[in-house]
Amino acid sequence: MRAIYHAYVTGPILGALWGFVIAVTVSIAMSFATGEAFRPSFLLSLLWGAGIGAAAVHSRAVAVLAALAALAAGILGFGPMLSGESVGPLPQLIGHGAMSVFATLGMVSIMAKAPKGALTRHEFEEAVIRFLTGFGYIFFTAIVLIPFYVMVMTSLKSQQALLQNPLDFSIDFSQGWDLFRSYEELFRDHGFGGFLLNSFFISVITVFVTLLFAIPGAYAVARLRFKGQAAFARSILLIYMVPMIVLALPIYIAFSTAGLRNSIFGIVLIYPVTTIPVALYMLQGYFRGLPSEIEEAGLMDGLSRLRVIWKITLPLSLPALASVSLYVFMIAWNEFLLAFMLLDDPSKFTLTRGIASLNSSEIPRQHLMAGSVIATVPIMALFLGLERFMTKGLTAGSVKG
Amino acid sequence: MTQIDQPTRPVAAPPKGAGPLAKREARLAWGMLAPTLAAVALVVILPLLAIFWISFKPVELADLRPPEVSVREDVRGKPAEPGDPATLRYRLRNSSQDAPITGVTLRDTLPDGVEITGGLIEGCTVQGRDLFCDFGDWDGGARVRLQIEVVTDQAFFDGPDPRDSAPIVTGEASNILTNFSFTFDNYARIFDSSEFFKVLWVTLFYTIFGTIGALVMGLFAALLLDKSFKGQGILRGLYLFPYVAPVIAVAFAWVLLLDPFSGSINALLIQMGVTEQAINFFGEEPLALIMVTVFEIWRYFPLSFLFILARMQSIDTEMYEAADMDGATPFQQFRYLSLPQLLGILSVLFLLRFIWTFNKFDDIFLLTGGNAGTRTLTVNVYEQAFALSNIGAGAAVAVVIFCCLLLFSVFFFRVVSQEEGL
Repeated sequence: MRAIYHAYVTGPILGALWGFVIAVTVSIAMSFATGEAFRPSFLLSLLWGAGIGAAAVHSRAVAVLAALAALAAGILGFGPMLSGESVGPLPQLIGHGAMSVFATLGMVSIMAKAPKGALTRHEFEEAVIRFLTGFGYIFFTAIVLIPFYVMVMTSLKSQQALLQNPLDFSIDFSQGWDLFRSYEELFRDHGFGGFLLNSFFISVITVFVTLLFAIPGAYAVARLRFKGQAAFARSILLIYMVPMIVLALPIYIAFSTAGLRNSIFGIVLIYPVTTIPVALYMLQGYFRGLPSEIEEAGLMDGLSRLRVIWKITLPLSLPALASVSLYVFMIAWNEFLLAFMLLDDPSKFTLTRGIASLNSSEIPRQHLMAGSVIATVPIMALFLGLERFMTKGLTAGSVKG
Repeated sequence: MTQIDQPTRPVAAPPKGAGPLAKREARLAWGMLAPTLAAVALVVILPLLAIFWISFKPVELADLRPPEVSVREDVRGKPAEPGDPATLRYRLRNSSQDAPITGVTLRDTLPDGVEITGGLIEGCTVQGRDLFCDFGDWDGGARVRLQIEVVTDQAFFDGPDPRDSAPIVTGEASNILTNFSFTFDNYARIFDSSEFFKVLWVTLFYTIFGTIGALVMGLFAALLLDKSFKGQGILRGLYLFPYVAPVIAVAFAWVLLLDPFSGSINALLIQMGVTEQAINFFGEEPLALIMVTVFEIWRYFPLSFLFILARMQSIDTEMYEAADMDGATPFQQFRYLSLPQLLGILSVLFLLRFIWTFNKFDDIFLLTGGNAGTRTLTVNVYEQAFALSNIGAGAAVAVVIFCCLLLFSVFFFRVVSQEEGL
């Protein structure tokens, strides 16, 4: 165990691991970008990585030399990453260049604080943590981005291109507007414009109705004293945990008999009820955090409770209202199960229901992905624009998913 | 010894019971809660009671439409000119194959310009131009054909189409949902099959590994972002993507990505030499369950990450500086300083996520439809109720889920009240 606390042991070991990580990352990136054959060589990437690690421990100049050697070896065919024979000179240069640059830069910064000789446990762990950090950024970014990237790229391709080479996600810009033909067809032939409007309309109404119910309820639970207040606060959380699938059956039956199935009105009736407990729980947490002295001052000055809520509490809790609204909007926009069970008529579909209707073998899958992009982009844009509210709102008390 | 008699006077004490102010406040509180209570009762409590009720009933999907008498009316014999004979025909049947209908009657107005020549079947009478028939009680699947021989005259051809006056039928059927026949068949059926224990095992695997995986990944991601650097905000936003995007969109993206015939991941794996043949990720028995669990982890690590990060950022940094001075290594600092501080949020998150993963339906339904050994309890509700059209059995599974949930939540409130004083 002691032997590992030495720069010339730690460096090559971490280097080997890092070399492999970078080789895999760059080959995946290059394959997806060009559609050409790039693949990491397990053994060679470990060896080259170890070498680069040792060089990085020694000095920066040697590290640069190691990087150049790895680049040359890569192009000659025995580097950490192998490329197929059909790969053109430019992608080869970019691929192998990225491979050696990232491997070397990474190792130099991983071993930056370590001295050349024996390491203390502190220095060793620091190096390991730097390696893990680098790995973590690559790993998480890759797993999050790849599905979304594939979603967008698939929607822009044609059926033959997809079948010909499933790895090729390069975009042929020469087609101009033709790139977006899947979207055009969805809006023209499948009525996605209507779905978009329905989804938007339903989500906005859901937000308003939810707030209308949740604000007074949350205020009562947070501020007013009455018997059973504590039990009530708990039962909100409990209701919030009842799974939709358990309720969906009786709701389906009730809606079928009442003739509310297959109507937007029915959906607007049911969505807010699924979001009210969440909103109530989040808002009461926020209301509790507000100083009650301000409200008491208002009461002393002769305002009624309701006026106090309207004039003092609500203006103070605008940020919380914004995050609750966003969160409720997101739930309503993404809701799938109820829309799937209750809506049959295409003119009343929400976006999620519309995408579900595209999932058949007769409809090409770029349409399915284009539909997914149409549903994802608005909620992402909203979310990125108001990210501050969103993160706050999510942590304010919602662990629902 | 002197004793001073003090005049007795009322001792100042807090008033007993609720004063008028407190009463008014409580009244206001209930008033403000009333709409929510009503809505929740209507959509949560009532359906829960309904699901208990239905789970004891032999209900099939087809029974949701109560049996009724359906009737078709037409004119046979092709009368071409006045004086031609014709037959007015009514075909009635019970729309249900097994449920009886009692007190079936038919009432119709005969068309203009017909004269009845033949006899009427028993139970039918004609007064003026009003036809009335009483068919008594019908068994399931009963059919009756009523034929009336007539002779037409000119008025028949001048008048409106005979089918314009729709016959009125009545009849009472007992609705299976509201009557008082109960059965334990549904429970016997779902507990009896060896499948049930498989479903239970799949649910537990999915729930436990999905929850732990999402927590560990969330912790890792939070550790990565628990420092300020350029682009930290962007990465934080990016890492929330899987959670914010509509589940249907990301689930289909995964299905296409991992498709055995034309999926990119398989092409990549083959090109890299990891596998020779394409892998059917969502179609093979043990692999599909692992993949839906991985999807669950992928989709919900952002949530754990967000909560853990929020807790981490509220930990005092001075503690770490002190530990640094004392020579604690980074791993020791994590093990002995961060982890104990995070234990509270981790346990709350674990329980909440456990319950929510247990309840998860959409993800598996969209990824595999419950095939290839991925049928969890929630998917089983849908499978029983809609795929096998046995609503009663679906409701019984739903009751099982609800009971598990109650059990978890008792446990949950114990832990949470310790952690958060809720």
